[in-house]
Amino acid sequence: MTIPETLIEIRGLAKSYQRGGQVIPVLTDISFDIARGEFLALMGPSGSGKSTLLNCLAGIDRADAGQIVVNGQDITLLDETELAEWRSRSVGFIFQFYNLIPVLTALENVELPLLLTNLTRRERREHAESALAAVGLDDRMDHYPAQLSGGQQQRVAIARAIVTDPDILVADEPTGDLDRVSAEDILNLLDRLSSEMGKTIIMVTHDPRAAQQAHVLRNLDKGELSRVADPAGH
Amino acid sequence: MLLIRLAIRNAFRHRLRSFLTILGVMVAILAFGLLRTVIDAWYAGVEASSANRLVTRSSVSLMFSLPMAYKDKIRAVPGVTLVCQGNWFGGIYIDEKNFFANFAYEPQTLLDLYPEYVLDDPAQRSDFLRDRKGCLVGAKLAKRFGWKVGDNITLRGTIFPGDWVMTVRAIYRGARSGTDESQLFFHWAYLDETMRVNYPSRAGQVGFYMVGINDPNKAAEISRAVDAQFANSLAETLTETEKAFQMSFVSMSEAIILAIRLVSFVVVLIILAVSANTMAMSARERTGEYAVLKTLGFSARTVALLIAGEALVISLTGAGLGLVLILPCAEAFGTLMTDFFPVFAVSRETIMYGVVAGLAVGILSGIYPAIYAARVRIAVALRKVG
Repeated sequence: MTIPETLIEIRGLAKSYQRGGQVIPVLTDISFDIARGEFLALMGPSGSGKSTLLNCLAGIDRADAGQIVVNGQDITLLDETELAEWRSRSVGFIFQFYNLIPVLTALENVELPLLLTNLTRRERREHAESALAAVGLDDRMDHYPAQLSGGQQQRVAIARAIVTDPDILVADEPTGDLDRVSAEDILNLLDRLSSEMGKTIIMVTHDPRAAQQAHVLRNLDKGELSRVADPAGH
Repeated sequence: MLLIRLAIRNAFRHRLRSFLTILGVMVAILAFGLLRTVIDAWYAGVEASSANRLVTRSSVSLMFSLPMAYKDKIRAVPGVTLVCQGNWFGGIYIDEKNFFANFAYEPQTLLDLYPEYVLDDPAQRSDFLRDRKGCLVGAKLAKRFGWKVGDNITLRGTIFPGDWVMTVRAIYRGARSGTDESQLFFHWAYLDETMRVNYPSRAGQVGFYMVGINDPNKAAEISRAVDAQFANSLAETLTETEKAFQMSFVSMSEAIILAIRLVSFVVVLIILAVSANTMAMSARERTGEYAVLKTLGFSARTVALLIAGEALVISLTGAGLGLVLILPCAEAFGTLMTDFFPVFAVSRETIMYGVVAGLAVGILSGIYPAIYAARVRIAVALRKVG
């Protein structure tokens, strides 16, 4: 049996919000590891801090205390510019409401993150086309988001997330705005990305069916994290 | 390129709002340009003045004339090269609404003093000089009334009574774009001889002298020397540069010019406020998109430039349309107002100021939204989208 390599180490993570002069703790002393290639589902009631934890792990929000070490690098020590650079290199984002740019075509949306790389225009185009083909949308490249269904838009968002070949994919309620069929489709796609491409996926969800697709399920409640038995026998 | 494309597409995302803002900028730049051209037209006489020319007139008022005998004395002042006597004639052609400037001048020195009045046909020049009842008209004026060389025209005198028949002997064009081509000049001798017959007491009287000098740097010195000749006489003189003389007319309307100038800037300020409002609304609506761009790794600076680019696209499109329209509008306006503004041409400076105003509107209206977008906190903005 091989011991999975740890990709992300979270140690003593804490975060609180100020609301009307009152300090509301959201995350309290969170510590856990995420292995490379792990498909982790984070569950918990509304306001439990799932999205806050996800945002901290993805480098789009800052913790008040604690360490997040990714690939040996503590990202809590990075300044805004370094963090932005790290994000563009290491993390792919999938949002509940897809968050595509409506005035850009599917291909242009996917090409967007590649503007931050040194690729030529032609190479960018080729990479974006490959990413769209990987999510089964090679026939919708020139469509604008409004011309696509919710499921197709989420596929474009996934293509955008994987186009730079990041180690980590973070997904915040990726099926929350989709019908059942489309949701299953997206979950299967995420599963493929994890099992076939070795992506580490951290997914926040309310949906137990979505959580079952993950390898590891963690529950967050009142700022504290607990590990639930492996879903679906993973 | 993709980011430029994004800025352009964002600019036209809300078509009605963008169209109205562009329309506003277009109208503002057009109004700004036209108002500036009105001011330029006011100063056209001043701008067309030559540093080599002085004007000698009665020190009391232009209403008072000077004796013809002064001409030789002025000519004798060191530094003076030419002297030409002239009178504002104030004649009316058919109807009072057909106003244009008409003067009686000594023709030879007039043409020597005003090289900017170009007569392409040498025969016309000699015909005008030879015929005491001949007149020289500007090309714009000839076009306005359909006059051709050889046509007889009659001016009804207001200051100098009677019907004054004269023949168009020459048509001049301006050497520069600011030269007034809507004037009429006829022989001072024709005026004086007629007055000598009909009103002998008013003969030999000169409205003003145009004085040519050899060194513009000595204008003040020569002016003093001319006036000193006639100090303590019954008709003391006031000699000044042609520019100062023209300015004395313009300064009478200084308050109006200042008001027009202020209005031209206020128009730009208003459109700046409208444009800034449009950009602020757009930036607020797209907070989530800016957060996504930042999430993907784009810097705050890139996001801010995207907004600034969008604001520039809108304002420069409007300014460009306004500047394209300004030439035909100025021509139409100039034709309509030809009685008031003989020279109504859009200057290069006005076009340049229009471009600068468009740029300024774009940059200034984009500043606040750009800062706003740059400061968007990703997590907060994404929560709002959710």
